[in-house]
Amino acid sequence: MTTMTAPVPPGGKRIEHPALPGGFAVPDFGRPLPPREGERVIQFREALREAMSEEMRRDERVFLMGEEVAEYSGAYKVSQGMLEEFGPKRIIDSPISENGFAGLGIAAAMYGLRPIIEFMSWSFSLVAADQILNNAPKMLYMSGGQWGCPIVFRGNDGAGGQLGSTHSWCVEGLYANVPGMKIAIPSNPYDAKGLLKTAILDPDPVFFLESERMLGDKAHVPEEEYYIPFGKARLVREGDACTVVSFGRPVNFCIEACERLAGEGVECDLLDMRTIRPLDMDSVLRSLKRTNRLVVVDQSWPFGGVASEVISQVIEQGFDWLDAPPIRVNTEDVPTPYAKSLEAAYLPNAERIAAAVRRSLGR
Amino acid sequence: MTQASTQATRKSGPSAALSNETLLGWLRDMQLIREFETRTMQAYQQAKIGGFCHIYSGQEASAVGTIGSVNRDDPVILAYRDHGHALARGTSARACMAEMFGKGAGCAKGKGGSMHMFDKPNWLFGGHGIVGAQTPLGAGLAFAARYEWEVLGTGKKKVCLCYLGDGAIDQGAFHEALNLAALYGLPVIYIIENNGYSMGTALHRHSANSKNLISRGQSYGMKSVEIDGFDVLNVYDRFRPLVDECRDLQRPAFVDLKTYRYMGHSMSDPQKYRTKEEVEQWKERDSIAALAAHLMASESEGGRGCLSEADWKEMRGEVAEIVRDAVEFAEAAPAPDVERELYSDVFINPMARLSPSREYNHGEPNPLL
Repeated sequence: MTTMTAPVPPGGKRIEHPALPGGFAVPDFGRPLPPREGERVIQFREALREAMSEEMRRDERVFLMGEEVAEYSGAYKVSQGMLEEFGPKRIIDSPISENGFAGLGIAAAMYGLRPIIEFMSWSFSLVAADQILNNAPKMLYMSGGQWGCPIVFRGNDGAGGQLGSTHSWCVEGLYANVPGMKIAIPSNPYDAKGLLKTAILDPDPVFFLESERMLGDKAHVPEEEYYIPFGKARLVREGDACTVVSFGRPVNFCIEACERLAGEGVECDLLDMRTIRPLDMDSVLRSLKRTNRLVVVDQSWPFGGVASEVISQVIEQGFDWLDAPPIRVNTEDVPTPYAKSLEAAYLPNAERIAAAVRRSLGR
Repeated sequence: MTQASTQATRKSGPSAALSNETLLGWLRDMQLIREFETRTMQAYQQAKIGGFCHIYSGQEASAVGTIGSVNRDDPVILAYRDHGHALARGTSARACMAEMFGKGAGCAKGKGGSMHMFDKPNWLFGGHGIVGAQTPLGAGLAFAARYEWEVLGTGKKKVCLCYLGDGAIDQGAFHEALNLAALYGLPVIYIIENNGYSMGTALHRHSANSKNLISRGQSYGMKSVEIDGFDVLNVYDRFRPLVDECRDLQRPAFVDLKTYRYMGHSMSDPQKYRTKEEVEQWKERDSIAALAAHLMASESEGGRGCLSEADWKEMRGEVAEIVRDAVEFAEAAPAPDVERELYSDVFINPMARLSPSREYNHGEPNPLL
């Protein structure tokens, strides 16, 4: 086991744990986050790169492994320039062998390193299911608290644009069923940086779900280091008509829907959950107490998915606050089609979300 | 010439340099494993042990000879037939037995069971229940050890031992792991404990080119050797140089270690796929009896002359006592506290709202830590 102690970001602290040689660092979450507005406009992919690079500069135990991450500069240019800065011992091209390199990363994490394992697409993680679902989230439990697994798996999740049914997986519906890992799913560049930095410091396995369709999205991302805590939803918009809950890319469709609805005089609360496990139900329930209506937007299939989970918990914990049946907006319950028109109809979109809100309001 | 007399005339090889104390220790370890497994079967039949349980009897020379070839801080990772290796590695019989009894004093606090023996102080990264799943992990341990030495500059050159059965060579994970190990130059030795059966399917019926398993390793450019795993001194003589080479050159290797299990695949195996005569034939070559004979034979006979019949009897008595004590300990130990342990050890850093059922907590410290 490595003897290196976890370096701590400014203001943070180190916590010792018998399963984790060197302990783990916790950032100072009490510090206010930097403003979301500003002039430093960069792409989502650059925000991800910045998060990884900042943590790699501080902690030599962190390395990045995946298909095409090094010499190709990343299949989607997320890791562009990182090989030059960190060298081939820390930015490592893997063969197309997801089960193999996912497992390699898991054991490296048990040993005391801090791997970031990139899946070019989470769709490809299915061939690594045994490693990422059977080993990473269960190692601590199976070993009776002896071996932790501080690892980040990250990559593109969801429909990428006419990639057909095998390459368009939204794994959150499937993977969130498994206890033992944390799942983060940012919707914008600012959150992507702050959540990924938190994920890398976190001592438990984190599944970090990005979207190919968002990698080029641009927004202000502060140059300074900041960490967004897991389990704290962001209230994107405020309104008393209905609570709209989403996470990941569909948050952007929700923003569009809420703007349209505002034009009709309907103001909604929009919650960007940012993490699925933990799931900030406190924010959902707080909002529900004002709006008494709920629409959950989820880019994975409806059956037994995350939207179903949110609604289940609302019914268990906030039934009395509901004035109308909660509504879920998912992708349609079919394999992802290829044709542009079919794919567009398959995905959640602003129109379907707005229609769901209107239905909830009885309009 | 019997196997015992082959050993009795042994004069050369790295094992010749081993002290009598070391070899007596190995004999003791092998007998401990045999005795432990005998009592395990009894406890299983009395329904004190649940789930799946895979007995190692017959294969003792494999674990003891290979683990005897590495350092205390070299990582070791196992498949699910893991009791023997854990004992050979130094895990206490009490902790192993209590684990199978599902007690909080077990090496995994009763959360792992027979197939999941973990022992951090002894660098044992677990027994693993899914066939072949430990092979990428073995590559990862070697990767991390090399990274620690090469990038962090805080470690030393290590070798990881990754054990698997012959059934695991048919898994995709195994081939991916071999490729990664060879590609990245990872110091891991894949040890196929080839007992001839993948559960109840004989080697020639489950794997192509079954007479040439080392071709699997060779095809990835790895040094690959066959070892008679029924003779512990032979295991050491062939395996130890391989360990030194892998450590020195930081590269992987592949071993087809031929062995045999006396018992069924698991406790529920009626063994219809093999004959009693076949089992008896192997028992005639028994590795424990052979080592005892070697240690009893005089130096002029090519033996060590360091063990008398009385010593051997005493040693067996001591070992039986250790195992009897382990069973007693396991039986008396309390079951894990449900309130405290069911929701502990799921997260190192538990947070609110991770589960719709209950908040996670920290449980009792692991007894081994």
